[in-house]
Amino acid sequence: MRRRSDEAAAHRRLAAPLSRLATSPALRRTLVQVAVAAVLGGLLVAAFLDVRSNMEARGIPTGFGFLDDPAGFDINQSLIAYSATSTYGRAFLVGLLNTCLVAAIGLVLSTLLGFLVGIARLSPNMLLRGLASAYVEGLRNVPLLLQLLFWYNAVLRPLPPPSEALLLPFGSALTNRGLYLPAPIAAQSLAPVALAALLGMGVAFVLFRRMRGRHGPAQGVRVAVIALALVLPPVLATAAFGWPVTFERPELGRFNYAGGLRLTPELVALVMGLSLYTAAFIAEVVRAGLEAVPRGQSEAAAALGLDASRTYRFVLIPQAMRLIVPLLTSQYLNLVKNSSLAVFVGYPDLVQVFAGTVLNQTGAAVQVVLVTMAVYLAISLVASAAMNLYNRRVALVER
Amino acid sequence: MLRLAALEWFPIRWNRKPALHLGLVTISRREVVSASLAIALALAVLLSCGAASAATLDQVKDRGHLVCGSNLGLAGFGLQDDHGAWAGLDIDFCRAVAAAIFGDASKARFLPLSSKDRFTALQSGEIDLLARNTTWTLSREAGQGFLFAAITYFDGQGFLVRKKQNLDSALDLAGASICVQQGTTTELNLADFFRANNMKYEPVVFATADEAVRAYEASRCDAYTTDASGLYVEQRKLAEPDAHVVLPEIISKEPLGPVVRQGDDQWFNLVRWVAFALLDAEELGVTSKNVDDKARSEVPDVRRLLGFEGNFGEALGLGSDWAYRIVKLVGNYGEIFDRNLGEGSNLKIKRGINALWSKGGLHYAPPVR
Ligand SMILES: N[C@@H](CCC(=O)N[C@@H](CS)C(=O)NCC(=O)O)C(=O)O
Repeated sequence: MRRRSDEAAAHRRLAAPLSRLATSPALRRTLVQVAVAAVLGGLLVAAFLDVRSNMEARGIPTGFGFLDDPAGFDINQSLIAYSATSTYGRAFLVGLLNTCLVAAIGLVLSTLLGFLVGIARLSPNMLLRGLASAYVEGLRNVPLLLQLLFWYNAVLRPLPPPSEALLLPFGSALTNRGLYLPAPIAAQSLAPVALAALLGMGVAFVLFRRMRGRHGPAQGVRVAVIALALVLPPVLATAAFGWPVTFERPELGRFNYAGGLRLTPELVALVMGLSLYTAAFIAEVVRAGLEAVPRGQSEAAAALGLDASRTYRFVLIPQAMRLIVPLLTSQYLNLVKNSSLAVFVGYPDLVQVFAGTVLNQTGAAVQVVLVTMAVYLAISLVASAAMNLYNRRVALVER
Repeated sequence: MLRLAALEWFPIRWNRKPALHLGLVTISRREVVSASLAIALALAVLLSCGAASAATLDQVKDRGHLVCGSNLGLAGFGLQDDHGAWAGLDIDFCRAVAAAIFGDASKARFLPLSSKDRFTALQSGEIDLLARNTTWTLSREAGQGFLFAAITYFDGQGFLVRKKQNLDSALDLAGASICVQQGTTTELNLADFFRANNMKYEPVVFATADEAVRAYEASRCDAYTTDASGLYVEQRKLAEPDAHVVLPEIISKEPLGPVVRQGDDQWFNLVRWVAFALLDAEELGVTSKNVDDKARSEVPDVRRLLGFEGNFGEALGLGSDWAYRIVKLVGNYGEIFDRNLGEGSNLKIKRGINALWSKGGLHYAPPVR
């Protein structure tokens, strides 16, 4: 009797996984997933090894050793120290930073312009509305590459050569080689003045919080006190320790201005083209977001006596943001990816420098393309992560 | 939990009606579709990496035409006219290879490539042969897995500047902005030249010659630099060619020639000997006009070259009349040069160092024997 039930239990235990496989779709799906993942993983490894041995057989460089070799070419805009004797790895960094620079400026400009145009599209003023629509339709429907080339020419053509530069205040000069500005140079340690300025900001912040509220002093007094807190410490520090910055003025040489800060026409054209183009899409996103806010909201705001700008600031835009932010993210990602058209206007971005010259000179096509793709992927992931965080903040909180 | 893309992304959601009964296990239709999709993907990956690398000559013969990487548009070397017809020294070289293989010079097709993309196209097997004013360097050959079959044009890098700047020498270019094309030896020589002479400059780098030249013309740059032959051609295309001048310095050696992938000796030999045959034919006075009369020639070198004696083509995987076909259908090196770059063209470039060794130049081909 006892033995029989033991047997039955053992039998049941053996059969259990099988029957569970039969009855539980969840378990089965998991198993299938794991199996397919294993097969795909194996294939990827096999493909990788195959590509590698093919490359070796053909004498194509494998691995990333080339990044330490001297680059041998020059780059005309770099945020870090770079020369022809620097390594390919360094050239990669130069390109990457140049891409980030364009992307950062482009994001800010396109957002500002996009919001303005998007709001203008809903304006009761017919002229404004018409202009905004024309802007959006015009820019969205012309290929970006053409726009970039157009702006590059529009920037280059009318500007004078360096010998006939437009001289601007403070030794600045505008030429078809770019806008040259005096560059601030730390004459001595910036520390005292910087510390004083920080101190001032801290004090200003505390004062600001203290004076808030209905019982605080009048607006004019508040502004004056805070301005004083901000300005006084650095001024005193400067008086005590001396003026911390001198300016290096651009000087005209035989061909070009040298020294100073410089905005190249390539950078300007690229940023302009990208921002204007992306702003058209952002404007549409903003318009859609605003239109999705129920009409009752603006009517309620009007009933409360809010003027148009406050209605937008405090009522419409905060609600529209929930719809706008996710769509905005993909426009930002587009802008970053589109910045790779830089090579057509001679701007040394990541694609031009790394996937262009470095790839060509080293022949390490597979590695360079993989790294380049990984970089764009990483930038995109970081950008979407940041936007998701922001989105969580503006998302509707159910209470 | 591992979630596989193919399974999750598949957009169609059928109802979960069971589709397959395998004994105990019942599988829904969606599961079947997902799994087959994943398998198809896997198969595609597997098949695509098993591409065999057969001998290039066999591939070309099977395909019925030769695919050459050519220039996007550089008069004299590789340029397509309004009717789509290609002309140039590099183009004629490819036609000579096609003539040797097929007995038909029109069996060469051309894939225009930018300086930057040309090597990747050759590496990946998109083209059989790269004939695109490409400079022979150590890193391109040993470093990237290529072989230069021969030198078809001896060139060197120079600078084009505006006359009104009154420059006498490239050494006066300190501080200048210089437009240059990416992915070229030009870009490197430029850096070397300024470094060696301890001068500063600003490179403005573009993907194609067109853009670089346009920026130079828009006065974005003080100079445009490339191979002297290229300068010659581009200057002619400017709005006012006479307002510009090429500086006297040649700052580099640019031996240009056809390139093949490493690892196929038969193909390499074939391409190299097509180049030599062109030069040998010129040296022996064999032209497209007189090649038929040469059947009566008593000169052993001529008889061997044209296949009247011996069967040298066989060693190359070709017929014995391989060189006869080349000269008959395309001409010898001198004829090709003259037609595309020299007196017979509107470029009127002198033979100079591109003359045969016997005429004071550098071209010297080994004998066919
Ligand atoms: N010989 C040099 C330069 C070859 C080269 O690409 N030259 C340019 C300037 S002449 C060219 O052919 N450009 C034509 C184009 O991109 O349309 C090299 O092999 O790197």
